[in-house]
Amino acid sequence: MKNIIIIILFFAFVGNIIAQQTPASKQITAFSIEGATAHLGNGQVIENSLIMFENGKITFVGSAMMKIARMGTIIKADGKHVYPGFIALNSALGLVEIDAVKASNDETEIGIMNPHVRSLIAYNAESKVVESMRPNGVLMAQITPRGATISGTSSVVQLDAWNWEDATIKTNDAIHLNWPESFTTGRWWLGEDPALKPNPEYSKNVEKINSFFTDAKQYLASKSDKKHLPFAATKGLFDGSQKLFIHVNGEKEITDAITMSKELGINNLVIVRGEGAEKVTDLLVKLNIPVIINRPHRNPNSEDDAYDDTYTIAKTLQEKGVLVGLGMEGQMERMNTRNLPFYAGTFAAFGVDKEKAAQMITGDAAKILGIDAFAGTLEVGKDATLFISEGDALDMRTNQISEAFIQGRKISLESHQTTLWKRYSEKYKSK
Amino acid sequence: MRKLLFVLFFLSISLANAQDYFPTNSGVKTTKSSLIAFTNATIYVTHEQIIQKGTLLVKDEKVVEVGKSVKIPEGTKIIDLDGKMIYPSFIDIYSDFGIAKPKRNPSDSRSAQYEAEREGYYWNDHIRPETNPIEDFKFDSKKATELLAAGFGTVNTHLQDGIIRGNGLLVTLNPSTTNAYRILDSQSAQFLSFAKSVKSRQSYPSSKMGVMALLRQVYLDANWYAKGNMKNKDLALEALNKNKNLVQIFETGDHLDAVRADKVGDEFGIQYTIVGSGDEFERINDIKKTNATFIIPIDFKNPYDVSNPLLAEQISLRDMRKWNQDPSNLSVLEKNGVPFALTTYKLKSAETFHKNLQKAIEYGFDKKAALASLTTIPASIIGNTTVGNLNKGSFANFIITSGDVFDASSIIHENWVQGEQNIINDMNIKDITGDYMLSVNGKNYDLAITGKGAKQTGTIKMGDKKITSKFSFENDWIEITIDDGGFSRLMGKIINVANVMEGSAFDTKGNKTFWSASKKVAKKVDEKKDEKKSEKEIVVMPVSFPNVGFGNYTQPKTETILIKNTTVWTSEAAGILKNSDVLLKDGKISKIGKNLSAKGAIEIDGTGKHLTAGIIDEHSHIATSAVNEGAHNSSAEVTIEDVVDPTDINIYRNISGGTTTSQILHGSANPIGGRSAIIKLKWGENAENMIYKNSPKFIKFALGENVKQSRSTNGTRFPQSRMGVEQVFIDYFTRAKEYETLKKSGQPYRKDYEMETLVEILNGERFISCHSYVQSEINMLMKVADKFNFKINTFTHILEGYKVADKMIKHGVGGSTFSDWWAYKYEVNDAIPFNAAIMHNAGVTVAINSDDREMSRRLNQEAAKTVKYGGVSELEAWKMVTINPAKLLHIDDKVGSIKEGKDADVVLWSNHPMSIYAKVEKTIIEGKVFFDIVEDLKKREAIKEEKSKIINMMLKEKMGGAKTQVPMKREDRNFHCDTLEELKSEKR
Repeated sequence: MKNIIIIILFFAFVGNIIAQQTPASKQITAFSIEGATAHLGNGQVIENSLIMFENGKITFVGSAMMKIARMGTIIKADGKHVYPGFIALNSALGLVEIDAVKASNDETEIGIMNPHVRSLIAYNAESKVVESMRPNGVLMAQITPRGATISGTSSVVQLDAWNWEDATIKTNDAIHLNWPESFTTGRWWLGEDPALKPNPEYSKNVEKINSFFTDAKQYLASKSDKKHLPFAATKGLFDGSQKLFIHVNGEKEITDAITMSKELGINNLVIVRGEGAEKVTDLLVKLNIPVIINRPHRNPNSEDDAYDDTYTIAKTLQEKGVLVGLGMEGQMERMNTRNLPFYAGTFAAFGVDKEKAAQMITGDAAKILGIDAFAGTLEVGKDATLFISEGDALDMRTNQISEAFIQGRKISLESHQTTLWKRYSEKYKSK
Repeated sequence: MRKLLFVLFFLSISLANAQDYFPTNSGVKTTKSSLIAFTNATIYVTHEQIIQKGTLLVKDEKVVEVGKSVKIPEGTKIIDLDGKMIYPSFIDIYSDFGIAKPKRNPSDSRSAQYEAEREGYYWNDHIRPETNPIEDFKFDSKKATELLAAGFGTVNTHLQDGIIRGNGLLVTLNPSTTNAYRILDSQSAQFLSFAKSVKSRQSYPSSKMGVMALLRQVYLDANWYAKGNMKNKDLALEALNKNKNLVQIFETGDHLDAVRADKVGDEFGIQYTIVGSGDEFERINDIKKTNATFIIPIDFKNPYDVSNPLLAEQISLRDMRKWNQDPSNLSVLEKNGVPFALTTYKLKSAETFHKNLQKAIEYGFDKKAALASLTTIPASIIGNTTVGNLNKGSFANFIITSGDVFDASSIIHENWVQGEQNIINDMNIKDITGDYMLSVNGKNYDLAITGKGAKQTGTIKMGDKKITSKFSFENDWIEITIDDGGFSRLMGKIINVANVMEGSAFDTKGNKTFWSASKKVAKKVDEKKDEKKSEKEIVVMPVSFPNVGFGNYTQPKTETILIKNTTVWTSEAAGILKNSDVLLKDGKISKIGKNLSAKGAIEIDGTGKHLTAGIIDEHSHIATSAVNEGAHNSSAEVTIEDVVDPTDINIYRNISGGTTTSQILHGSANPIGGRSAIIKLKWGENAENMIYKNSPKFIKFALGENVKQSRSTNGTRFPQSRMGVEQVFIDYFTRAKEYETLKKSGQPYRKDYEMETLVEILNGERFISCHSYVQSEINMLMKVADKFNFKINTFTHILEGYKVADKMIKHGVGGSTFSDWWAYKYEVNDAIPFNAAIMHNAGVTVAINSDDREMSRRLNQEAAKTVKYGGVSELEAWKMVTINPAKLLHIDDKVGSIKEGKDADVVLWSNHPMSIYAKVEKTIIEGKVFFDIVEDLKKREAIKEEKSKIINMMLKEKMGGAKTQVPMKREDRNFHCDTLEELKSEKR
């Protein structure tokens, strides 16, 4: 009987290893990280730094030369680097587990105007894909629904949680609008006319968006006793508590989208994707509208574009004074989200200052999401969401993470993948 | 105006000839015989033999005499053509005249169909050599009118459907007779193309390489059949054998296809006549090398409407150049001595034919050659001497023109076919054009008459003021209505063209008076216009190789290059050499050492930089026009080498990321895929030069979700499970063994390209690179190979290789994997980024591959990920994208490391090559600099400049009233190994 129990316990234990990582519990002891190069996430660097945090918040950021009492557990990090946790913007992490398996897909809802549809409750905190982010320093993400004209409402989560409720760091941060394209092309390989034509539906589709928001505004102003869920869901856009993320490409489209939103009284705007944004930087800077560009590891838009077109765009926009974020949308986006630091590194290789590149996925990303009051940088009073890397974390060559903390909790850097790694490395060793 | 032509045309119709042995029930039997002499004309007997003031004597449908002094028998009708010209009527050698395009079979089933729909014919429905178009031929008088008006007298028509399309029909456009007389040859040629028949839904072939493989097998089978080795009846092969001695006309889609078709022909001793596409100038040397006679369409594009800058910026330079350069094609072909005929094929209407031809002439095409390409050359293609010339005994097919037929100002008056007159523009219509002073009702007006023949129109002005008026000139009667404070009606008959015209007029009140018009000055406007035209500057943009943005105007040359004082990653036992020099000479790595010097070498300071061997991508799908021939579960007969596309911009983008060699693999649609092409990314070279010389032979195999059609809801092809996949291999290898036994026995055997390929595998002469994911199937394939006594060379993707690394070692197979891909489909659930490290640690030869045109331009970063995941040393990691893939591809004796004697394929990096911050500064292949970061910037500027030049040209044309076309964006298609392309049945 005893043996059986032991066997059962054993399997339960092994089972645990194969299953997802157990979220770390609340920070009890304080930590002091000493001697590392601290990249604060606001462009500043402190060599030989001292960073201390307790109860989930950063309590000290400064030089290790400072004669001040070290709190709690001291981590010697000489020669290492500390960064705020990286933040993935416009990500569908946790909404799909396996791209080709429809049953595992929760990223798109039917309908055209779905502001009431919320990504948060579908976010799978126990996704095997999510846990594979952390060993690369990606610790927070904006979980964004896809599809439709208004896809729905996103929320911001941290990536070490029992469930979505635990994971939440900002609920319903933004509504996502997919702006129509003013030109259409046929898919020539399917035998369609390849000509590029002005989209005859463009103004009609724009008008649909306009009338939706106009009606919503009117609904919110009236004291209707009949509830209209989609209209009601837009309230935050008009009172400024929520942002409108407009997923849009093309200089004409971006201009139209901004003009219309302003006329409707929606002032909290973010442009996502934003191909062609470099041509309307004056407008973006004047109205203080950030742009979340797509990841650079994709092919240039057209045959005659420079090979590094998608690499240099960050620099181009930043030079004009635009606040630039880095979004994840694209091919195999969920698994690729762990490459976020290297996307930023690519921008750094092509013109962006290295600290600025790190800032794009930390301080600037937090600013774009409106969570900069408590996250995104290594500053006293902010969440202790940070990690220690052996070297430059934006370079895959040196991105080796030894410790990571989310809100002060020392999280596991293991995953389904590391489990298999260890298991099979052992297999051949034992032979 | 078309209507008018039509009317004129039918007025000219004489009685239809009836065959003289046919019974007559409509009256008395009449026999018609005519003798007509055309005198005083300039006669082009051929493009080379011109008779001034000559006589053409025609009896019935034939020329009986032509010359300077021809004796005209009594009773001959004489037509004086003083000042006119006579040419042989043109021949359109590539036409579907009178043969309706078949419609696609409506079908309710949407799932793929693998079997043929016909019985008694070849196993593939797209091989239709038995097609006899005479069964479907219906004389199309509307189209005939159009072609006659453009000067054509004979067409070579066929049913444009299928890969082998059967024979052609040489017919005249004589509307006044029956098909019995029109058909000159019912077996004029045999036609082929890259397009499938719409009459069958049979899936195979689904790619161009499939078409090429199919044609090869058909030729073999036809031969086998001819020898009486087949028990069954095959009407298609019988027909093919019967058509063997006909000229074989092959339609192609672009210059790459032309070379591809020619290659297949050469292998079987067949010289195809190739229907080109109009872009031959882009690779004129390759075109010349085919030794083929070409048939060239002149479907010039209208300029793009670039007035909207947002739309205009979407048009690629490649497409802009098409508009600018295409009109120079004929001139380039001619100057390079490529024989060719012209065709109206692809033109919406024959009316534009002359306009386009005139344009080609403006762009330097010789008029004499133009005439030959419409007469003697097409005639010689089909070996017919009775059309295309006006020699004695030839058909009386000729046109009468007012002047040089290729001048814009000339008019085709008549087009005689088989001795029957067809009036196009009545030459008896008097030319009354000119500026006149018109006097009527005591008022003087300016009357200007312009236009040609029946299209002469007049406008009336008084001073600068335009007067509303109506003008007509028909049957020698001039009629004018003038609205000048009330209507005046004028009429008069022109009997002789003179400087004064006159007639009667009726004023507003209906009173009859008189009018007269006297010519002011002799008109010379036309000539002036011509002068202006010749002054018009024609700017043809230079052709680059390939002819797209970033193409090379001159190919880089092999240079002696000395890279000094740099960090050299040898990928050899020597490891990393600091502060070293590398000398590249004669395309090879000549010396590695310190303080080297070489006379005349270009020295590059490598201080602070890194020099590595060029990156090798074991698994790529760039630079190809096709990826999958997935319509059968085995396609061992196809090869990517047939379809390498050197114009793909991804070649350039890959060298910008340091990749110099790629294995272009067939896709993973079927268990036994197609053969690979191993290419060097020598941007600007043609396909042949990119492919490795004496290339090791490879074939793609595939396992798992793709081959069992997991994402198709109604898969019907075997296999549908991993169980079936094993049986496919066992079946094919068993048959291959039996095939080889028979072959070796000396008995006659049916040569089969698929079996030949499999036998190569069994004999270790061809290597397998197998797409694989989960451990069960990896294990299975090794066991199948063991059973048949050969080795699998490489597992590619191999994402669960870490689970069976010990078995891989035992079998001796290498692994070429992704660095970190997973979560995209079910079978990659256990894919881990530590895979490469575990396999490597276990002793497997590991490469990191891309399978993606974007990743293949930064494989250095992917190699770095194996350091991050699993702790492989940097030295070993770097080998995974250089010497290791070279080993897996059996080219490690040539490339993959920096070693004296190896090919000078090296990359100079700005930084540690595995760092995200590393940029490629130079990519050198065989001692030639194919990518240079500084030159690249110049190329960007050049693209911008050329585009704006062409845009300005297009705007100028648009402002000048030219028709335009809507801008087009070239969609770059992203090929992965599970990409399934569908070969169009309809090209147009």
